[in-house]
Amino acid sequence: MTSMPPLQTLPGVVPAWQETVSREDLRSLCLTQKEQGARLVSLWGSDEGEENFDLHLALAVQGGLRWLRVSLPAHDPTYPALDDVFANANRLQRATHDLLGLLAQGAAESRPWLRHSAWPADRFPLRKGEDGQVYPPLVREPYPFVTVSGQGVHEIPVGPVHAGIIEPGHFRFSVVGERVLRLDTQLGYTHKGIEKRAESLAPAALIHLAGRVSGDSTVAGAWATAQALESILGRQIPERAEWLRALWLERERLVNHLGDLGYLCNDVGLSAGFSLFWALKETALRTHEKLVGHRYLHDQIQLGGVARALTVSDCQSLREEGVTLEREVHRLQELLQEHAGVQDRYVSTGRVTPELAARLGLVGLAGRASAQAWDLRVSCPTPPYAQAEVRMATRTQGDVAARVAVRFDEVFESLRLIRHFIEYLPSGPSLWNDTPPLRAGVGVGWVEGWRGEVFVALELGAQGQVRRWHPEDVSMSNWPVLEHAVQGNIVPDFPLINKSFNLSYSGQDG
Amino acid sequence: MANILNEILRHGVRSEPFSWPQADLETWQQALWQRFGRALVIRHVDAGSCNGCELEIHALNAPQYNLTGLGLHFSASPRHADLLLVTGPVSRHMEEALRRTYAALPEPRWVVAVGDCGRDGGVFGKSYACLGGVSQVIPVDVVVAGCPPTPLQLLAGIWRAVTSAKGSTLPRPE
Ligand code: SF4
Repeated sequence: MTSMPPLQTLPGVVPAWQETVSREDLRSLCLTQKEQGARLVSLWGSDEGEENFDLHLALAVQGGLRWLRVSLPAHDPTYPALDDVFANANRLQRATHDLLGLLAQGAAESRPWLRHSAWPADRFPLRKGEDGQVYPPLVREPYPFVTVSGQGVHEIPVGPVHAGIIEPGHFRFSVVGERVLRLDTQLGYTHKGIEKRAESLAPAALIHLAGRVSGDSTVAGAWATAQALESILGRQIPERAEWLRALWLERERLVNHLGDLGYLCNDVGLSAGFSLFWALKETALRTHEKLVGHRYLHDQIQLGGVARALTVSDCQSLREEGVTLEREVHRLQELLQEHAGVQDRYVSTGRVTPELAARLGLVGLAGRASAQAWDLRVSCPTPPYAQAEVRMATRTQGDVAARVAVRFDEVFESLRLIRHFIEYLPSGPSLWNDTPPLRAGVGVGWVEGWRGEVFVALELGAQGQVRRWHPEDVSMSNWPVLEHAVQGNIVPDFPLINKSFNLSYSGQDG
Repeated sequence: MANILNEILRHGVRSEPFSWPQADLETWQQALWQRFGRALVIRHVDAGSCNGCELEIHALNAPQYNLTGLGLHFSASPRHADLLLVTGPVSRHMEEALRRTYAALPEPRWVVAVGDCGRDGGVFGKSYACLGGVSQVIPVDVVVAGCPPTPLQLLAGIWRAVTSAKGSTLPRPE
């Protein structure tokens, strides 16, 4: 390898290093990194003015994040494709092309990913010359779905509007009888242009938007962006604020798992289970409303800390609710375990083997259910987590049953962590009392949300304006794995398998 | 099986007595009966929401809210629905799907735009990818602001829609 400038350590709580890599060296560097166990967290691009674009990669390596930056000349914004090195690069490369026009040469696929009809193939909304407001009339371009031919094979198109209360996306099943041969997914229906919008926002508004990338992960999303901003501003947040953020993150994990476990009962016809889990979730949401004025904890994460300092009696009510939840969820877990009908639907359904998971780069809770032992709270813990010694939940079977088991384990672990955080909550302020002046710089955020990791890369310009903000929800990497998980299963099991992952559409569409 | 029954019995009735300023349970049921002679059927469309508003629509199904008792029913198809509950700023990629879903509802039909996004695009505003609110695409009867609006706010919006003048022209069920 040719000589490279040394790694630049980024300030902030997330251990991260940035380095410049030449286009020629990119592939060999990625191959070496992959061999050493690195995985791709995100891939995105930025418009660097008249002369060039930059391609960016975030790699998870031992002990932190490596942020690679590759300069591409404006007259030839191409780079060697990496989807044969990191499987999850496939859709990331396509999205980067749709939004910015950077082309991965030699990629296995060239179908658009985020672009449907809202802008033509020769316009790129994230380029600085595009104002992001005015666009030509809708273009019509049918998506080239992968088709399977053979005797008795037919297609079932589903979506974008689904039968239930779910986000929009299109699923194209190729089936024989009831068995799924192949699933081809088309997402991007909820593309809202958030990255372009971010470039007109001030820091506080950016955190507000970050909490709405995926509404069920508002704490994770806002926290990651706050981390990035605070690292650029070069000031740590008060210790108590770190702890309260972690407390809210665990409460977010808790309520989402409760809701999903309810739906996982519902999808196998156990409506009593649904009602019991949802009664618990609703009670927990009302507790949030009482304590902070918002049922889902939106906008609790603020630049420099959290919105509300909890009182002693607030902590007491969280502690008491924890005791009830622990008892009730144990009863429900037993109920599901003893129910032969439920287990029959869960066991061996929607299986992703550990080998497949490793090859496709599956992470988050679904990854842990397929033996991918990665949880930022353990692998790369920020302050309160390091102290609390999180016990990571893992399983090896990789089926719906394993994903259900991981969720139960994580509910109990979150309850334990909440107890711990309340008990040892440091005193002091929970928010900066002034904000340091804005300045230019780059920063990252990286938080283990309930679904998996949320990553954010941020660059501020000289006046502190947002030059580039790129959030990555774990869903972007995990969605392709769903296509494998359903193969060989029957069509009626798709909702169940889908729910067991419960990936975000909005989070991946941006 | 016995365990499930035990568990259900142990919890008892989780539905809460309906206490809401605009109308009590009986008034709801009567109003719907007079308008429709059956439950009100609702179809939801996510037109590019962040999924936050969906969380609250799901929460309406928590036993505390006694949705079925109120006479509300979510339908899998727009063809069976009276009311369309639309979330999101309407991403341009969902524009056509939203139009088509609306067209599939039989008349008379009501549209409730949900959330700050449904009202005017909310945090996502109007851009190359967002149209900036449900009324940019289809006629809206009622807007329920909030980010996301709570289950009770959603119920209030649904109530406002079905008790509006539009419904009074319906033939009375026998
Ligand atoms: S109103 Fe708020 S919660 Fe609803 S979709 Fe918009 S951002 Fe999400």
